[in-house]
Formats: sequence, structure tokens, C-alpha cells
Amino acid sequence: MKVELRNLTKIFPSRNKKVGGEVIAVNDFTFTIPDGTLVGLLGPSGCGKSTTLYMISGLQKPSGGQIFFGDEDVTTLSPENRGVGLVFQNYALYPHMTVKQNIMFPLQNLRGKDKLTKQEMLERAYEAAKLVQIDELMDRKPSELSGGQQQRVAIARALVKMPRVLLLDEPLSNLDARLRLQTREEIRRIQKETGITTVFVTHDQEEAMSISDMIVVMKLGVVQQVGAPQEIYDNPINLFVAKFLGTPPINVFKGCIHDGKLYIGGEIVPITEEVEVENNEGEEVQTTVENVVVGYNFVPGECVLDTPGIEDKNVYIGVRPEGFVIDENGPMTCNVSSVEVMGRDMSVVSTHDASLNPFVRSIINSDERVNAASPTINYSLKPHKVFVFDAETEERLYF
Amino acid sequence: MVDSKHQWKAWLYLLPAIILLLVFTVWPIINTVRMSFTVYWDETDVAGYDENGMPLTDENGKVLWGRYKGYSIAEELGGEREFEFGLNNFKEVVKTDGFWQIMKNTVILCILTVPISTFLALLIAVCLNAIRPLRRLLQTIFFLPYVTNSIAIGMVFAAMFNIVGVNPSNLDQSTSLGIINAVLGWFGADPINWINQGSTYGANIAVMVIYIVWNALPFKILILLGGLQSVNKQYYDAAKVDSTPKWRVFTRVTVPLLSPMIAYVVITGFIGGFKEYTSIVGIFGEKMQPPGASVGVPRLQTMVGYIYDNLGNAEGIASAAAIILFALIFVVTLINLWVSKKKTHY
Amino acid sequence: MSKEMKVLTEKDLQQVTSRQKVTKVVSQVLLYLFLCTMALIIIFPFYWMIISSLKDLAEYRLSTPTLFPREIHWYNYVKAFQKAELLNLFKNTLIVGIVSTILSLIITIITAFAFARLEFKGKNALFAALLATMMIPGELFTITNFITITKLGWYKSDDPIKGYAVLIVPFLVSVFYIYLLRQNFLQIPNELYLAAKVDGTSDFKYLCKVMIPLSLPTLISITILKMMGSWNSYVWPRLVAHKDFYLITNGLRSAFTDAGSGEADIPVQMAAVAVVSAPLFLVFIFLRKYIMKGVSRSGIKG
Repeated sequence: MKVELRNLTKIFPSRNKKVGGEVIAVNDFTFTIPDGTLVGLLGPSGCGKSTTLYMISGLQKPSGGQIFFGDEDVTTLSPENRGVGLVFQNYALYPHMTVKQNIMFPLQNLRGKDKLTKQEMLERAYEAAKLVQIDELMDRKPSELSGGQQQRVAIARALVKMPRVLLLDEPLSNLDARLRLQTREEIRRIQKETGITTVFVTHDQEEAMSISDMIVVMKLGVVQQVGAPQEIYDNPINLFVAKFLGTPPINVFKGCIHDGKLYIGGEIVPITEEVEVENNEGEEVQTTVENVVVGYNFVPGECVLDTPGIEDKNVYIGVRPEGFVIDENGPMTCNVSSVEVMGRDMSVVSTHDASLNPFVRSIINSDERVNAASPTINYSLKPHKVFVFDAETEERLYF
Repeated sequence: MVDSKHQWKAWLYLLPAIILLLVFTVWPIINTVRMSFTVYWDETDVAGYDENGMPLTDENGKVLWGRYKGYSIAEELGGEREFEFGLNNFKEVVKTDGFWQIMKNTVILCILTVPISTFLALLIAVCLNAIRPLRRLLQTIFFLPYVTNSIAIGMVFAAMFNIVGVNPSNLDQSTSLGIINAVLGWFGADPINWINQGSTYGANIAVMVIYIVWNALPFKILILLGGLQSVNKQYYDAAKVDSTPKWRVFTRVTVPLLSPMIAYVVITGFIGGFKEYTSIVGIFGEKMQPPGASVGVPRLQTMVGYIYDNLGNAEGIASAAAIILFALIFVVTLINLWVSKKKTHY
Repeated sequence: MSKEMKVLTEKDLQQVTSRQKVTKVVSQVLLYLFLCTMALIIIFPFYWMIISSLKDLAEYRLSTPTLFPREIHWYNYVKAFQKAELLNLFKNTLIVGIVSTILSLIITIITAFAFARLEFKGKNALFAALLATMMIPGELFTITNFITITKLGWYKSDDPIKGYAVLIVPFLVSVFYIYLLRQNFLQIPNELYLAAKVDGTSDFKYLCKVMIPLSLPTLISITILKMMGSWNSYVWPRLVAHKDFYLITNGLRSAFTDAGSGEADIPVQMAAVAVVSAPLFLVFIFLRKYIMKGVSRSGIKG
């Protein structure tokens, strides 16, 4: 089932009544989820991703825009008429029912010609339980299950009624690290097997990247970028997306572009002069003193790349950790703090004056040799791992 | 480490409470049990009888005059009696004319008021939980009966059910039938003699049930609403996404999740029901029955009323009755706990 | 699992949407209808009390009761004060209520403090024993207390000290209040106590400066419940108090309960009931939060 969001908007009245005003949780979200894909809504807390999920489920009503399942406009439908499966962050398993009763619960609500016999319900419940591999635990109560098992029960309960769309709210956040890895593979497998269009919400970029067909990165209610995980990682549209994706995170430096060359640590400083300006306000003519930019000074830094086609300006430079190449003659010099050897590769932690992060972290193939005794290290950069962003708008500048 | 100096200080803090508790709580427990099992032989009284109704005789066949009497404070202060252990106080209680009437009253009131008030309270709490506007106002109104004096408002209920200038043989010739009968009249019902002279036991009980339920609702609503509000809202969202009809959400989700609170209000309801007294006084006065009813044990007498009636002349009997009451409450609470353990789910 | 739910057509969709709306509106209307009806039933006795207290006897005795007095008569209130000696009853109730609340608060605080913070042998056993006494119905204590009072010579004594003492002393210690306050005290982090010890603060000073201010809401709940208890107590004063020291409820019932056949002057009676109920309502309106909080943890009336 294709899911289409058109100009979806959600506005909450402000919680603080004295201040008044409104909070825009989701702003003008337009996006089509192709049939049978697994889509991750990714963003920091408060970015509106859960609100979007709840609007798809029908538990929250959009303030504007429309939601389509296939060609059917479901915007005004209440959740019980939408046929979605929803897995809650803390699973919301009924504590007084056994696993079997929990899974069968949605089926017992079917009425009319969809009504199932007891036998059919049991078969469907066991089918769903087998899919998530909990068919051995059917007679236990949720309190007797581990977090991972509860999670599976919740998924089985959502799947058993064969939903048109499966929604998962932070499905892995209550699990420990090892279970999380295992469960996310599981979710991927289940989704592939059932082919149900699935949307899940997470704040963990690694989680989203590892299993999604598509990722939607959100910030403060506004969609930043939509695309396949690798595509977004390789081509972030702005500084926020670049910073949000990737572990270890991207290294960000201050710098500037001058004469088609990129300088880390460089700066373009405007030269201002006080000029008397005449303002015509009505009949009176007033003169005021204003600062007017009359020219620019270029403070050079380390010239790392050629960036033809971008005009001179101050920029932020993002360099992925794997974008550094050890090069004795490299233009970039960092002060080494430590070298962490991780087997397959190693991580060089260093400092740089222009870096916005406290440390510059590079990941180097362990075949390379690092002179740990040397206080400094020189790098050259892989151009496709370097992203340049406008210092004012934080939008990507392409070269 | 606990050093002796601190021990001494701690006991100093506890001293007033301990003294008062010893005198007014611990000693009463011991003494009440003692009194309930204490009897004396009063030889000036009529002959005692054995199980077959024959007068008690000594081995020579001489009729033994006198009989066992229960403990009383007056006799103890008189100082001339020798007290001994005996079960006569308990026998007296059970043999009292109208003891079964007392039991019947208690059981009927409990069996009617506890389920009715619990069910109504649950319904009201669930409805209150489902609305937004006016919620606080309605919540406050539903709590009002709690902050009242059960005697005072009992008098108001009595006034509402009261028939002025009652003519028991033909109610329509009474001066005024009272507001309740007037309201019933709007719906075409015949007037009922609720509490006045000539009223039936059934009518009296009906009034008591209405009043006790009215009085019991606020506490139950408060507890159940508190329980509802602590239920994770996601259970309801989950039920909604699964297209669960409202009544099924109520029976399969709300009630089971609330079962600990329901058990609590049922248990406290039963305990309160067994100790019913002031609400009856509020409506019927200390005579505990409508004017001109039976002469013996009052028609609406309860255990507590019976205990107080025996204070001042037969403390042994009062004590025995109090112990019986305690035992009844204890057993009913145990049964309740046992049932709720089976029915509450987690 | 590939079968999907049927796709709704445009027409179905409209039907479902409008059905949703109708169900929602109907259920809301029913909800409010039910709640408002119940609320009216709950509130009606209060309304009837006030209305009746403003009628004259003749109007009250009309064969069809009037829902609003044709003429408002305040003199029922004057009569109520005269007939039931309400002023004296108010005075007694206030004295008993205030004195017993203050003393009871002091005892509750120091006892709860000892159980919450001080260490002594047998603390847990003693506390468990206290809690166990809560299960026993009060009637069981009443019998022996009645005897104790008699032996002390306080029974229906017309001496003011003894007359009030008999109403106050037996109820000074409430295990439930001690329990409530101890739980509250225990929630205060022990580090605060240890820090105070390090600073050389005495136990008593710590109690006054830290624990009492931090437990104020519970103390207010206890105060209100205790005052309400005095206001509503009926059985004990009637058993042991001299007529001069009766509390408000005793006066209320006995002054207007008439022997058998005679018809009571119900408007005057209702006026007295209204006067007695008014302070409770005022307290409720202003301190609703504390009352409901205290009650939800107790289940004990008064």
C-alpha cells in the first residue's frame, strides 16, 4: 500500500497558556512512501517525527494537509477505520492478558463478514507469532517476558490483523545494545517477508541507516532531506543533515572560499567604513552615520581543495572521518591527541584551531602507519568526502 | 551504629504516642477480649436450664437457682462477684431476639449497596475520564457528599422521603407526600410510604440503600478516577488502532486494569457496610426504625447499634458482639482478598 | 500474510466518515447527559436542604411541594439557633476540633519522625504492630474506653476540663496519620539528614526546619481530616459527654428528633443542617486539593 502525505501540518496550541501562541510540530510535509518499503523517520527529539507517525495512524488529527493510503483519502478516518498496525514505544501490551490473548485481541474486534471463528483466530495468531518467533511463549504474561520478547509480541499484535500499513514508534529504544542489533535485523526480515509498507520513527541514525529503504530526516517539524540512506550520507543537503548522520560524526571546520579555492581556517573579513547617509523621511532630510561594507580582507588558512564555481564567502567545511588521507605533504596540519587502534582501522584523534568540534576524528586504514611520537600529523582530503556549507544559511554549496 | 544515647532519645519522641496507645488502643483490645469471655454466677436469679430445657440440678437432684450472667462494669466495681471464664456473653448475643434481624439488615445493606455503588462509581469515573470541558466542575460536584456530616444529610434525606401528616391507611389523605413521592408522581407512580409510621421494611431498606450509595459514591469515584488516570493512555490508543468497540475496551481493558482499585473499594465498602450505624441514625433517629414499628430490637438495628445499646449495662455482651463483628469483617475481607486475587490480573 | 484489507471506495469513505462523526457526537451527548443527570441527583439533597430552610411551615406542608419558595423566610435560621443552642454546640466543636488537632499534629509529627529517621531496637516490629491495630474496628476500642473514662470519673462530667478532655484525649493518636506522615518523611532524602548532622544540627531543629516544611501538604491534609472528624463525630460524645459539651452533630439530631408521632418543624431543622454543613463546604471549596489527596490515600471518613 502506497502512503502519500500531502502538505501535512500539525499545530499544537502552546502548553504555556500565559505566553499563548502555537507550536508547529509538523510543517508542510509532503512525501510519498512507495508500496512495500521500510521508511525511517529520523530526527532529534521534538522534531515532529512521532507526531507524523500518529497522524498516519489517525490517533492525531492533522491541522492541515491530507493523507492517502493508495488512492484513498484517509485524512478524516479515525484510527479504527484505517487498518493500520501500530507498535508503541513501550509496547502497550495488556498486562492482564497472555501473549496469545494479546495477539488475538485485534482479531476479536473484527465484525460482519470479516468475523473469524475461534479456530481461524488461533491459526492467525500462531502464524503471526511464528513470524516473530515467539510461538513458544504464547501462554506467558507480558511481565514474564524480556524486553525483546515483549517487542516481538507487540509486532505480532500489530501484524496479526494484516494491516495496510505498519507503524513503529521508536521500536528499539527500550532494548539493550545487543538486542537492538538483533531486533533491527528481525524487523527488516519481517518487513521483507510480509511486504507491508512500514514506517518507523527513531532518533538513532545508525538504526535508521541500517535497515531503511528510505530515510526522512526531520528538524523542528520541517523535512530536511528524503532519500536512500547511503545517498543522504554521501550527499547531505545541509549542515544539519551532515552532522546528524554518521558515526563517528562528521568533522566541521570554519573556513572560507577565495578565488575558487577552499581554505580551512581562512576567513573573509568585511571592511566597513562609516558613511553619512541622507534619508528622506517626508519633507525633512536627515543624515545618519551607517557602517557600509566597502571591501573584503582575505585571511588565508590551509588551502585544501579547489572549489571552482563558488563565489568568495565564509563557509563551514564538513569532512567525514574517512575523508582524511595521511600525507606528509598534505595541506592540513593537526595536533595529535591520541591514536585509537580498532583492529580493521584506527582512529586518530587530534585538534585543529578551525574545528568546531573539540576533536578532529579521522578513520584511517590500519595499513597506514602513524608516527605516534610526532606531535603533528598532516592530511590531504578526499574531495567526495568534503562538503561545503554556506556559513549563513548552512545550505550545501556544490562544487 | 545504634548507640544507647540515641535509643533513649528515640523513645522520648515516642513516649506520648505510646502512653496514649497503651491506654486507648492496646488495653482496650486486651480488655475487650477479656470481658467478652468473662461471666459470673448469679445465684439470686432464676434457675439455669440445660440443653433439654430442664432446670439445672446438683448431683442430689436439687434445683440450682441462679444462672451465668455476662460481665458488666457495675458488677466489677461492686467488687462482690467472682468472675470466671465462660462463653455466655457470646451465647447471649446469638440468642438475642432479633440477632438474626440484625444480621439480615447488615447482609442486605452490604449486598445491595456495595455492588450498586461500585458499579455506578465505575461508570461515572469512566465517563468523567472521557470528557474534557466541565470535568473539574463535575468532579467537584461528585465529591460533595463526602464533605458532609452523615447525620445532617441523613436528616435532609429523611425530609425528602418524609410524608407530612401521614395517614398510613390511605397515603393520599396525608397532608403532603414529600418531594420524592411528588417526583415519582410525575412519572405516574403511586406514592410510597418510605419512612413514616406504617412503612414497610422493604421501603425502609430502599431509602437506606439510596442514602448509603449516595454517601459512598464520592470516595469510590475518587479512587477509581485516580486509578483510571494512572492507566497508561497508550493501552487505549492501542485498542483504538485495533478497532476495539467502546464496551469491549471497558470490559477487556479498563476493568481488568482497574481491578486492584475495584477490589480496594469493594473491600472498604464491605467493611463500611458491616459498621453501618450513623447513616441509619441520620434518617430514622436513634430509635433505628420508623415510628410505631416493632417493640423489641429495632427494625433497622445493626451490630454497631447493638454494641452501643449494651454499653452501660452489659459490657460483656457488647464486647462479645464487637468480637463477633471483628470476626465477620475479618472473614469477609479474607474472602474478598481471595476472590480479588483470582480476579485481579497482576 | 499478503492479503490486505479491502480498499474503500469514495462512497464507502463518505459513509464511514459521517458515521464516525455521528457516533462521536452521539456518544458525547450521552456521556454528558448521564453525568449531568447523576450530578443533579447528587446535588439535589443540598438544593432541597436550602430551599426547605427558606420556606415557612405552611408552604412546606403544601400537598404539592414547591421547587422554589414562594416567599423567602430567614427566620428559620433564627429559630434553629435558639432551639438547638447552635452557638454553644459550635463553641464546643471548635474547642474540641482545634485543641485535638493541634495536640494530635504534635504527637503525629514526633512519632512519625522517630519512626522515619531515628534508630532504635524493635522499630520495625513496633511499627508493624501499630499498623495491625488499624484493622480492628473502632467499636472494639470504644467499649473499653467507655469503661476507662468511667473509672477516670470523666463520664458525663460537667467540669469543663474533664468534659472536653473526654472528647479529645482518646483520639489524639491516629496510627493512620502517623503512617501517612512517616511515608512522607521517608521520601525526604536521607542525605539531607546526614548533611544536617555533619553541620551539627540537632534532630529537633532538623525536624522543624526541614522535615515539617517539606511535608506541609500532608500536614494540611491531616489537619483538615482531623477537623472534619471532630465536626462529624457523633457516637462517642453521645455516649460519654455531658449535655453541655455535646458536639454539633449530637445537638442536631437530638434537638429535632421528636417523639414518635409529632411532626417536626422541618424548615427549621433544614436551616440547622444548612448552618452545620456550611463550614464544611467552605473548607472544601478552598482546600479541595488537600482533602481529595488525603482521602484518596485513606478511605477513612473524618
